[in-house]
Amino acid sequence: MRVFKLIYMNALRHKLRTSLTILGIAVAIMAFGLLRTVVAAWYLGVNQAAPDRLITRSKNGITFTLPVAQKQAIERIPGVADLTYSAWFGGFYKDPKDFFPQIAVEGVHGLSLYPEFIVDSAALDAFDKEPNAAIVGKTTMDRFGWKIGDAVRLTGQIYPGDWDFVVRGVYTGRSEATDLSQFLFNFKYIDQRMQVEMPARAGQVGWWVIKIDDPAKAAAISAAVDKEFENSSDATLTETEAAFQQSFVAMAGTIVFSLQVISFLVIGVILLVAANTMAMTARERISEYAVLKTLGFNGKHILGLIAGESLLIACLGGVLGMIFLIPVLHGVGVALKAWFPAFIIDPKTYPQAAATAVLVGILAAVFPSWRAIRVSIVNGLRRIG
Amino acid sequence: MAAPVVEVQNVSKQYHRDKVEIRVLSNLSLSIPEGGFVALMGPSGSGKTTLLNLIAGIDRPDSGQVIVAGTAVHSLGESQLAKWRTRHIGFIFQFYNLLPVLTAYGNVELPLLLTKLSSKERREHVETALNLVGLGDRMKHYPRQLSGGQEQRVAIARAIVTDPTVIVADEPTGDLDKQSATEILDLLGRLNTEFGKTIVMVTHDPRAAERAKVVRHLDKGELN
Repeated sequence: MRVFKLIYMNALRHKLRTSLTILGIAVAIMAFGLLRTVVAAWYLGVNQAAPDRLITRSKNGITFTLPVAQKQAIERIPGVADLTYSAWFGGFYKDPKDFFPQIAVEGVHGLSLYPEFIVDSAALDAFDKEPNAAIVGKTTMDRFGWKIGDAVRLTGQIYPGDWDFVVRGVYTGRSEATDLSQFLFNFKYIDQRMQVEMPARAGQVGWWVIKIDDPAKAAAISAAVDKEFENSSDATLTETEAAFQQSFVAMAGTIVFSLQVISFLVIGVILLVAANTMAMTARERISEYAVLKTLGFNGKHILGLIAGESLLIACLGGVLGMIFLIPVLHGVGVALKAWFPAFIIDPKTYPQAAATAVLVGILAAVFPSWRAIRVSIVNGLRRIG
Repeated sequence: MAAPVVEVQNVSKQYHRDKVEIRVLSNLSLSIPEGGFVALMGPSGSGKTTLLNLIAGIDRPDSGQVIVAGTAVHSLGESQLAKWRTRHIGFIFQFYNLLPVLTAYGNVELPLLLTKLSSKERREHVETALNLVGLGDRMKHYPRQLSGGQEQRVAIARAIVTDPTVIVADEPTGDLDKQSATEILDLLGRLNTEFGKTIVMVTHDPRAAERAKVVRHLDKGELN
């Protein structure tokens, strides 16, 4: 108990220096947590992907469409339990900068393949009956202040022109990580207009969503789907939903990699900050350590004092950083809501941050302890008679 | 004649500063009986503190033997030596060397943290030591709240709290005014006469040396 008190009192000797070090570690731990959360948010779609869903898209690229006529051929493939399609609308509401995903789905059946979306039955009824009904994620509803029954006009970029919708429902998620930013509407609404205005683009879907009966057969079913169309002008590329999401992450691979590198560089910075403080501390107290050794304290005791103080400072910084992290994540999450629909802290981030703080505390004490232990009592006292 | 508690036999010691070899002690021998009070005097660089450090087991001779309380100190490993110092040596420094973050009580208690004494037993020992040096009413004071003389008395209490075999004092009055120095020397005298403590003291001050039973002079690493 006395030793802990001594460690505590030692840490308070240079209050300003200790406070600045704790603050530096706190900011670094917060930055580490923030960067890890951004990286996790990027991979959220991959991690949340259902293992029993495959995505089939054009082999030529994500911007190429596929004919709706492929449906029967895909349905016949063994292992396919259900099938639907979707298309990326790519419009905007008032300002092109206010991004949110708008996806045309195959009516109520299309939604049924996404059990993670919770929609009430009244909304589903309206969605089924009204061609321009939309069901919108809660995040986007809140973002634009929309209410049920509101008319929303989107300006199409892929499907040119103004498109009028009526918000008939709000979907929520089964988990905190569910993407609640999507604006979902019936594919028939745009397809019927395409038939009139741009007949060549009618009957073209963005991708197929295949529900399979056994996730273990994903590779075989994917291969079978692609084989079905391999010699046609609409060759396909089928992959698991996770792989499909991963391909989007891969587009920003350099950024994600950079963020990961930076998050670990941040740890290096914390280490330097803490090590610098502990090195200064140990250097200033060399004579005190010599006195303690004279009294009978040995190397382990000195190590305990230095490492204890280092750990105390690092852990206080770590705790403070994790406390800071909560409001900062909330603020950043709100600011980046359009890009990271579910910007939530990965549960692993807290233990990672705590482990980082402990590791920094230990590593920062290594050199100063080694030096303090190594200095002889005589040299420590600097007295030669 | 009491049996010797400190025996220094044919000890030599040299240091290296840069590439220069400095011979500090040269084939020196010294014997101090139990209950003795020896003052070591001599000019700066004569080897007084080095000899004191060898007796206290905080330095090692290049050759020769140092036997204190029946233990060949020079042959002990670092860990054994640390334990041995706790048990047998009480060290008093010129500049007190108290830990500024601990109270007088905390400073005196430090060596006892290395023993198996209970908290209650430690308290009894600390209070006894502080009362002995006349600072029973200053237990909760930090070093910065004490005068130099009081700090040195706390340092003496720290040195005696484990009831060591030998007290070694390196210029204990060197940083004190005359009045405080007298008080410290009185205290050391009492420890020697009333409690039978063996004391080895390095000093430049002839008045301090007068309090010792034996005064030895060192010059160029040799005892005269």
